[in-house]
Amino acid sequence: MILNRRTFIGTGAAAAAILSSPMVIASGHAKRVVVVGGGAGGATAARYIAKDSDGEIDVTLVEPTRQYYTCFFSNLYIGGFRDISSIGHSYGALASEYGINVVHDWAIGVDRDAKSVTLAGGAVLPYDRLILSPGIDFIDGSVEGWDISKQNKMPHAYKAGSQTELLKAQIEAMPEGGVYAMVAPPNPYRCPPGPYERISMVAHLLKGINPTAKILVVDPKPKFSKMALFTEGWDNHYGGMIDWLGPDMGGQSASVNTDAMTVTIDGVEEKVDVCNVIPAQKAGKICEIAGINEGNWAPVTGHTMQSRMDENIHVLGDATNQGDMPKSGFSANSQAKVAAMAVRGELTGSKVFPARFSNTCWSLIDTDDGVKVGATYEATDEKIAKVDGFISQTGEDAALRKATYEESVGWYAGITADMFG
Amino acid sequence: MFGRCVLAVFLFAAGNAQACVDGEALLGEAVYGECSSCHDVGPGARNRIGPPLNGIFGRTAATGSERYRYSMPLIRAGEAGLVWNCETLDAYLADPRSFVEGTKMNYPGLRDYGDRVDLLAYLKQFSKDSKHGEIDHMPEPQLEVDLPPEILGMEGDPEYGEYLSSECVTCHGRDGGNEGIPSIASWPSEDFIIVMHAYKLKIRSNPVMQLVAGRLSDEEIAGLAAFFESIKMDY
Repeated sequence: MILNRRTFIGTGAAAAAILSSPMVIASGHAKRVVVVGGGAGGATAARYIAKDSDGEIDVTLVEPTRQYYTCFFSNLYIGGFRDISSIGHSYGALASEYGINVVHDWAIGVDRDAKSVTLAGGAVLPYDRLILSPGIDFIDGSVEGWDISKQNKMPHAYKAGSQTELLKAQIEAMPEGGVYAMVAPPNPYRCPPGPYERISMVAHLLKGINPTAKILVVDPKPKFSKMALFTEGWDNHYGGMIDWLGPDMGGQSASVNTDAMTVTIDGVEEKVDVCNVIPAQKAGKICEIAGINEGNWAPVTGHTMQSRMDENIHVLGDATNQGDMPKSGFSANSQAKVAAMAVRGELTGSKVFPARFSNTCWSLIDTDDGVKVGATYEATDEKIAKVDGFISQTGEDAALRKATYEESVGWYAGITADMFG
Repeated sequence: MFGRCVLAVFLFAAGNAQACVDGEALLGEAVYGECSSCHDVGPGARNRIGPPLNGIFGRTAATGSERYRYSMPLIRAGEAGLVWNCETLDAYLADPRSFVEGTKMNYPGLRDYGDRVDLLAYLKQFSKDSKHGEIDHMPEPQLEVDLPPEILGMEGDPEYGEYLSSECVTCHGRDGGNEGIPSIASWPSEDFIIVMHAYKLKIRSNPVMQLVAGRLSDEEIAGLAAFFESIKMDY
């Protein structure tokens, strides 16, 4: 390895992290940034600040899991297109190559006056700037009969990892001709095409191992992301397997019984074998604890991703209410770079350019049948506003769909390298 | 890894040794149009997105063009004994990524055998052992976009380019893999500018790239070109 200034500083700080507590590193006159949440928003922000600040900013990343499983591409694991290990990532490079102080703990308190974060383990981390990127939590009681204590009987699999593995195992264990049901979430929620890509991947899996099985989608929304593309794909690949019930068919008021394994739609009780409940969502709990929410989400200004409640806090990704961008890993990664630049500008006086954002969401419908939707965005004083966009068309030829899928594989490699180094 | 490359070279060498006997060089010149976005051939040929193709026949893979940064898999294939000839070039052109897994050449493959043999007959003229002798004229360059010299030669600000590049690296990576999305690191600035304008003018079809390029000014494209040209790949 050829040492340059950056790797030298990085390795030095990483060595210090092994020998001492976070509090000791945070001494001296370096500015301190604490990032809560190590997903597409938080990991990217931590990496960009550490990478570009040449040791002038100490970055601490608080993330409970040691191995992070990306939600994006977790449906492809269900479909059998990826191994679970291929969507798992460690924080090793962020610590060793970028000198980020990675703390595996839960943030349970934010003192905005003292500018510090309290961890479940008892440590208190002071900050000059705090970045919250906690993702989503579920709204209690949004699906009657379901709460988080029932997540093993009826998995959400909407935070990837063990839940995703559990859901796949349950689908594989379905009796011949059995029923998989999904209770889809109301807007707004993480990854708008996610539930429908999941339906496609479940159908792909079942078509191979249990072709007489049925899929039932109970949806409170009259329409959903890439609806024309998904319904065309479902007809083409999985004819007759998938029934989608919108609000006019009772999708608005589904309830579940985890003991009886039933879903009740419009008063009619359906017996199912697997039930994937994706509840209504809100910003990760730490935003509420910090007192920066308005309703269920944390409002931010698009120019810097600063909270509208506290200029020392930046919020990223799914947890935000920012305007037109969908809640996606790509969006969070894009927002993280704007926040990283703004934070460096504030703390070290580095150059700040106007914010610009983009997002693309790829979905896989069946083998080599990929589709995408995307847009570019800019910050206005009111919100992050869409500039221009595109969506895959129905009836595209197989070569284009295959290229689109291959593109998504390339993007996965790119964005995970951008997050984790 | 080594063994795998050797296997790739010898198992997948399903090319046809007759491939440059059957072809028509004149027809191959038209097929070559597709290659000319990335490769030069003939007098004055230089490194572009890909290396020049003069003298390719009889050459060990990943050698021949000084200062061109070949991909590691191609270098290893060369070390394992891959030499370009009618048979190996035919197989490589048919499906580059199957023949040399991990090659930088971002081209899906020329599936039509007739096109391949014509192309090889055309390229053979630029190698020394050609019975036609060396060709003394440079083929007419076929640029995808006709850009005025002040845009094509614009000197970009690499620092601004580095800032803008954060949008690119989400998919392309900084120094890039080549899985589904091409690496753009160390591309010559002029080629980068041409490609971006081809997307901006919707001559190239990928809608993501049309969107990205569509909102970049000429200066911003030049800045990105300067930044990506400056990246040295750690092969």
